[in-house]
Amino acid sequence: MAQKTADLTVGLFMVAGVAALLFLALQVSGLTPKSSEDSYTLYAKFNDAGGLTPRAKVSMAGVTIGSIRDITLDRETFQALVAIAVDGSVDNIPADSAAVIRTSGLLGEQYIDVSVGGDMESLADGDTFYTTQSAMNLERLISNFASGQ
Amino acid sequence: MINRIVVFGRHGREMIESVGRAGQFLFGALAGVPDPRVGFPLLVRQIYSVGVLSLAIIVVSGLFIGMVLGLQGYTILSDYGSEAAIGQMIALTLVRELGPVVTALLFAGRAGSALTAEIGLMKATEQLSSMEMMGVDPLRRVIAPRFWAGFLSVPVLAAIFSVVGIWGGMLVGVEWLGVFEGSYWGNMQSSVSFTTDVLNGVVKSVVFGFVCTWIAVYQGYDCVPTSAGISSATTKTVVFSSLAVLGLDFVLTAVMFGDF
Repeated sequence: MAQKTADLTVGLFMVAGVAALLFLALQVSGLTPKSSEDSYTLYAKFNDAGGLTPRAKVSMAGVTIGSIRDITLDRETFQALVAIAVDGSVDNIPADSAAVIRTSGLLGEQYIDVSVGGDMESLADGDTFYTTQSAMNLERLISNFASGQ
Repeated sequence: MINRIVVFGRHGREMIESVGRAGQFLFGALAGVPDPRVGFPLLVRQIYSVGVLSLAIIVVSGLFIGMVLGLQGYTILSDYGSEAAIGQMIALTLVRELGPVVTALLFAGRAGSALTAEIGLMKATEQLSSMEMMGVDPLRRVIAPRFWAGFLSVPVLAAIFSVVGIWGGMLVGVEWLGVFEGSYWGNMQSSVSFTTDVLNGVVKSVVFGFVCTWIAVYQGYDCVPTSAGISSATTKTVVFSSLAVLGLDFVLTAVMFGDF
């Protein structure tokens, strides 16, 4: 085989490899070339974060508006402190909105749903949700029901 | 009894000596900057024979493994009514584990054994020693391009394997079994992360490429220069590469995805 042909096929091979990696990045992992400045951070404190995990979705009226950045323990109140990255385009969440942990389906992943309030002021970068509702704990629910409380 | 202990000890010492020779060999092959005008065409030629010619087996295996994953995943997940999660299952399985591992195993069988046999025959027919007589370092002329070719080819092949597998899974899951295409890709995109999943998979395939090619060229260079020696060196290449890949995969997975 001539060197020219080998050069060409090897070049195509390498391009195919780069294309495959790009496909894995864009289509499979859904990486969008978007800067992190495009989002702002809100905080929510929960008594029980349940099975919430980082990267879980945050939605409003069923539409995804952001994701959970990380979950830490607030060492003063012993609550779960959840940092939420909200899409920069959604910049008018009313200040008295509530963050509620919900489960998608019966046994699906947990996510945060933002119930819209009626305040004229809106939450800004670094603000904390005033009202929250913790994860529904199926075991606790059943034991409460069984003991008749 | 004493004799057995002596034999056992000699085996151990020979094994450690062999590892030492492999290390020196690698250093000898990779040390020094090669002349790109000479080295580059050699490298291209080797990538062609090691990488491009392995493409067919990689694509066909990737397609069928993706299709099997789609079929198996569907039958299990549909019991729980969550067959939409099939895309996420296929993508994570391929990108994290099966892509790098199966590619490396196939590479060891398809290209590693060929490298060993080629270099072993060069040694048996004294081509390597005649190169030395002419003042050409066979480590840099013969071994280094082959090593780099394997090292560069395996990650490329692994990425292609994963992509073809995901496409094969879509073929079965979406086209044939009727999972909604939007949830196939959507579930996949929400659960696969670029850094922890895709990049860790690439790191794995880079490590496997390094190890497989190293074993292949070293076994060829170090073989007993007879026909029986070449055949046992080829066998060793495939066996050692496969074991190394599977063992390293566990270690790498534990480091990358384990919770400690």
